[in-house]
Amino acid sequence: MMRTYLLGRALWLCLFAAAGFVCFDAAPATAQEEEKPYSITDGKVDWYTYSGYRRYHGECHVCHGPDGLGSSFGPSLVNSLKTLSYDEYLEVVVNGRQNVSQASHRAMPAFGMNPNVMCFVDDIYAYLKARSDGALGRGRPEHGPKPDEARERDNACLGF
Amino acid sequence: MRPSLLKSAAIVVAATLALPTVALANEELLKMEGDPNQWVTQLGNYSGTRYSGLDQINSENVGDLQVAWSFSTGVLRGHEGGPLVIGDVMYIHTPFPNIVYALDLNEPGKVIWKYEPRQDPDVIPVMCCDTVNRGVAYGNGMIFLNQADTTLVALDAKTGEVKWTAVNGDPTKGETATMSPLVVKDKVIVGNSGAEFGVRGHMTAYDINTGEMAWRAYSTGPDEELLVNPQETTHLGEPIGEDSSLKTWEGDQWKIGGGTTWGWITYDPELDLIYYGTGNPSTWNPSQRPGDNRWSMTLFARDPDDGMAKWVYQMTPHDEWDYDGVNESLLVDDLEVNGEMHNVLVHFDRNGFAYTMDRETGELLVAEKYDPAVNWATEVDMETGRPQVVAEYSTDEQGEDTNVQGICPAALGTKDQQPSTYSPKTGLFYVPTNHVCMDYEPYRVAYTAGQPYVGATLSMYPAPGGDHLGNFIAWDAAKGEIVWSNPEPFSVWSGALATAGDIVFYGTLEGYLKAVDAKTGEELYSFRTPSGIIGNVNTYTHDGKQYIAVLSGVGGWAGIGLAAGLTESTAGLGAVGAYQSLSNYTQLGGTLTVFALPE
Repeated sequence: MMRTYLLGRALWLCLFAAAGFVCFDAAPATAQEEEKPYSITDGKVDWYTYSGYRRYHGECHVCHGPDGLGSSFGPSLVNSLKTLSYDEYLEVVVNGRQNVSQASHRAMPAFGMNPNVMCFVDDIYAYLKARSDGALGRGRPEHGPKPDEARERDNACLGF
Repeated sequence: MRPSLLKSAAIVVAATLALPTVALANEELLKMEGDPNQWVTQLGNYSGTRYSGLDQINSENVGDLQVAWSFSTGVLRGHEGGPLVIGDVMYIHTPFPNIVYALDLNEPGKVIWKYEPRQDPDVIPVMCCDTVNRGVAYGNGMIFLNQADTTLVALDAKTGEVKWTAVNGDPTKGETATMSPLVVKDKVIVGNSGAEFGVRGHMTAYDINTGEMAWRAYSTGPDEELLVNPQETTHLGEPIGEDSSLKTWEGDQWKIGGGTTWGWITYDPELDLIYYGTGNPSTWNPSQRPGDNRWSMTLFARDPDDGMAKWVYQMTPHDEWDYDGVNESLLVDDLEVNGEMHNVLVHFDRNGFAYTMDRETGELLVAEKYDPAVNWATEVDMETGRPQVVAEYSTDEQGEDTNVQGICPAALGTKDQQPSTYSPKTGLFYVPTNHVCMDYEPYRVAYTAGQPYVGATLSMYPAPGGDHLGNFIAWDAAKGEIVWSNPEPFSVWSGALATAGDIVFYGTLEGYLKAVDAKTGEELYSFRTPSGIIGNVNTYTHDGKQYIAVLSGVGGWAGIGLAAGLTESTAGLGAVGAYQSLSNYTQLGGTLTVFALPE
């Protein structure tokens, strides 16, 4: 939980600095090898991972499919996160990506300025990582209650 | 000498007669739509009935139907809309990049011309539910294409040469285009898409010859931008009054309030009114927009000359389920309802109610559920027009961060944009429907221009007790009753076609083109096209022979879950949960398939 929160703050620093490119430096890449970004106790995920499930399915699933499995036109992130590092994930989310040719009409928008994504970018990462690690199955996860600090974090970040 | 003189005189007379009507493309279209050998608008005619008087192919022989020819569009994503047939030429279109092909029917499949616009690919990811387009329109010797990036382009129907372009919106703010324009008189009328990006909906008319904007009518905002007259524009017979929209929003939310106009327009030349519906209010989290959110989720009757609204009717005040009101309004004359004759408008709304209205006065005559599974409201109050919402299924009442379960229909509605059809021979409406329910959990979102602004997560699954996701139904619009209903494994996402041959055609998500008996619903023919069908079926003749044509190419909202594979899980996300197993039946690919009886 703590780590999730810290990464969120680190990210915002980098966003305000220069719309994304310096995120490589701002995110503490060493931390994630030591610790999973999610926790699952008695079959219930932590609130932040659940938050990631919700936000993923609000912002990302219309291209990347249900449960991170990909769609007719967007790649499966359950697969991608097996090889994509946190830093690379962040870079693509912030800056977007295009693959447009005669045979392909794929494009991902830059979400760097979207608070509904960026305020929850670590939550979404935690959710997708849990899916990618095989720790979490498909569908709406059972989850713990919403902590007050999460409510405060959401409102502060979204500007409510 | 004499014959020649007469001939010249006739030409002069014809020219004189023609002159005042040169600008009135609808006279040409009205004449053309009366000729069943052509298919001149996406809905077959201004009334939107998708009915053809052709009967060479009929209930006796349709079982012998064969593929006559086919054509690959070269584009993979979802193919909505359908072909037009003008004389010896068929016009088809594709999803982004929005290619238009003019095909020679004298040499089937030969390309006369191809138009491929250059569009910034940045528009692709700001289209909420695949890069669909619902087809081109014809008028005054031109083909009109409403591109994904909101550019409306007029092409010379003979050469494909660009005559003019007009920019209808700004994709960097999430404004996109998917709907098919309608040509009325000297105007081309187009709507916009993007309510999931906080876009403010409007309907806009452009001059058919120059592309200059004639009027723009917003769905939300101040009276002068709505193009209403507070004293004369009515809602169920009562004047709407001053600031009818502004009063029903908190603060400036109406500026990002949705109500986009991505469905179908129909037109009554006698009353001189166009009819269309507006989409969902934005965001999907109802707690962030208290009030009725007028005039989202509303049917509009407008004067095509200046855009002024004659009447409005809001079907779903303060939407809490994403039940866009954009579906087509079919216009049928002399329907007897409760002992009185009316010229009616029949509208199968996403919210699961089928509305029969007097289209001159805007009086509500019938409002009944067209799927018995519908549970979010018990009924529509015929005095106020308001649905009686069941508290258990109110996502506003249950509140943010609460997962409200078991709501029927799901957000994609009992029916989405796929147009229905009406047969004057049976007096019945034939409707492609969804039989899907959902869980809906709203939460707080912040607005950023050009970014998704959704505010809810959804899970969809088959309606209780059922193992199927769709029905194809026959509907009695006077009584408000289902006459027959054919279950389908998946939602029926294809526009239907009724003909004088006493048959009705539609496509399925697995890719079948089907013909059923108009009276009984009995299946008479089915053929599996290369991909799932979300396009609309049409018919025409060439050299005296009747053909049936349809675009296949699965995608759209139904295709989002396509690649995910089979799972028993029902939880998920919008359309995807419900369509998980579709990939076991079909894969992508745009193809035109044309059918005929054997020689």
